[in-house]
Amino acid sequence: MAEPLLQVTGLTRRFDISKPWLNRMLEGARHQFLTATVGVDFEIMRGETFALVGESGSGKSTIAKMIVGLLEPTEGRIRFDGQEMDFASGAAMRALRRRFQMIFQDPFASLNPRWRVGDIIAEPIRTFGLLPGADIPREVARLLDVVGLSGADTGKFPHEFSGGQRQRIAIARALSSRPEFIVCDEPTSALDVSVQAQILNLMRDLQDEFGLTYLLISHDLSVVRHMASRIGVLYLGRLVEVAEGKRLFTEPQHPYTRMLLDAVPDLALSGRRRKPVTGEIPNPIDPPPGCAFHPRCPIAEARCRETVPAPRPTPTGTAACHLAG
Amino acid sequence: MAEPLLSVRDLVVEFPGRRGTLRALDGVSFDIAPGEVLGMVGESGAGKSITGAAIIGLIEPPGRIVSGEVRLNGKRIDNLPPEGMRRIRGRRIGMVFQDPLTSLNPLYTVAQQLVETIRTHLDLSERDARARAIGLLDSVGIPAAARRIDDYPHHFSGGMRQRVVIALALAAEPDLVIADEPTTALDVSVQAQIIDVLKSICAARGAAVMLITHDMGVIAETADRVAVLYAGRLAEIGPVRDVILLAQHPYTRGLMGSIPTLSQTADRLVQIPGAMPRLNAIPPGCAFNPRCPQAFDRCRAERPMPQDRGGGRQVACWLGAEVPHG
Repeated sequence: MAEPLLQVTGLTRRFDISKPWLNRMLEGARHQFLTATVGVDFEIMRGETFALVGESGSGKSTIAKMIVGLLEPTEGRIRFDGQEMDFASGAAMRALRRRFQMIFQDPFASLNPRWRVGDIIAEPIRTFGLLPGADIPREVARLLDVVGLSGADTGKFPHEFSGGQRQRIAIARALSSRPEFIVCDEPTSALDVSVQAQILNLMRDLQDEFGLTYLLISHDLSVVRHMASRIGVLYLGRLVEVAEGKRLFTEPQHPYTRMLLDAVPDLALSGRRRKPVTGEIPNPIDPPPGCAFHPRCPIAEARCRETVPAPRPTPTGTAACHLAG
Repeated sequence: MAEPLLSVRDLVVEFPGRRGTLRALDGVSFDIAPGEVLGMVGESGAGKSITGAAIIGLIEPPGRIVSGEVRLNGKRIDNLPPEGMRRIRGRRIGMVFQDPLTSLNPLYTVAQQLVETIRTHLDLSERDARARAIGLLDSVGIPAAARRIDDYPHHFSGGMRQRVVIALALAAEPDLVIADEPTTALDVSVQAQIIDVLKSICAARGAAVMLITHDMGVIAETADRVAVLYAGRLAEIGPVRDVILLAQHPYTRGLMGSIPTLSQTADRLVQIPGAMPRLNAIPPGCAFNPRCPQAFDRCRAERPMPQDRGGGRQVACWLGAEVPHG
């Protein structure tokens, strides 16, 4: 089997959400931690689209931020192309960072409103010293053309563009350092559906053209189904299931995945009666013991309340459930 | 068709601005029958929320209804004085907005807010109003309603808060509930619960629903009929199955094709080129003509009005339109 491009092992991140020191002293308040992700393991192969889905608070964005180096993991390791990410070494991180980029959800917040589009796109090229200054304008025009904008747009400011066009600018910026791997955090959630279709199609075309590898973070199962070759399902910071793209939808293994699929309103008008989903996501500061999903799980047993299930192989991938497989 | 509960005719809403007047709604007409769920879809800026706001008289000045009329049970309500409109809001038309935190007052308990709303509209004693409030919370699926009614909004999760807002909207037994993106701020697993509650409680009380959303999946599973808006105009309206599966307007067809579904097999999504025009730059003729793959000369010159196509469907498109004789 080929070497994975990205390998994540035991990724855990805790946030200290304690009250300030003085309050702790005076009120006897204790240290409090929010565990955003616990022991997440997955691999992404070169050229594939791996998607992480989950509801808010499931740890999707925390994982994305750790992978691109915006957050340091509390525990666990991230290997990119066989090389361990070392957060302590600035030079090593910098060399790696050119090779991966990120596209964020909100194209209104991710582009500097005071910069012209040409400067926004040229910044990674200049920072990494990829091209001599004289060649940069031609490269920027080429990138704009690649994402479906015009080379004449370089002198404009972000506010002169619509949401979809801004997301194209963000994609052009991500491509400018010639990365191999792009983390897309909810790239179309802020866009209207007809514009979403344009961006998703563009992302696919770019993947074919440049051999890109994507990590796609989304809460929208239909988008994920359309884009991903493999999918990981997160619940309360734990990876509960990993499966091949389409098979996750036809043969869900984990009860949470099944519940999530039942809950999604779909356009297909299949007339299927949705099973009523019960309960809500528990508070991540104080997650339930054992399997985090057991209070909402229709098939939970005694051991689910006590022991945390380890991922086990299933016909479609792996699932962290005592009763799956 | 029976007498419509709500009837909107040729509604035009404009917002005067420094750089000219923006027409946010341009000649929109539709009816809602008693007990019916009408879905209202469109992309941002298409005029979905403005339609809802115009019906309940909540257009922010300087925006105003320029022409057209809104009738509730045959009586005009668009020209009522503010006091008269206030009696209709809440009593005859309930409202559910996207963000439950903005519809609830954080400084009052749920009980205080519900009892106040009930007593404003119905002649009940404090005690009876409270009993009724507990019954309402119970019917929207809040566990231990009798105890939780004295909690403040921040004690509830997002999904539970939206249930409280639905209870509040239904407190005075309105004939119509306008729900503007009621599930957009919620997670999918909770979204389905809220849609179920909204649908079943309105059906049980015979209230009609105008459901405004950009989520076609929600519409497909909830609405009886659906209206598609584009650039402030009605593109197509009809029974939900027909509009989704056999869309006649090229915009509706493109919109449906552009949505990834859980069962599709296509490799690429249908793509409508371009974006919806800004309201100050709507092209002459059909507003959709620059993006339409089937546009012809007439579409660029003359605006198509919604025309009956049988089966309760109206389509505003020159394609397949009947040419008047003579």
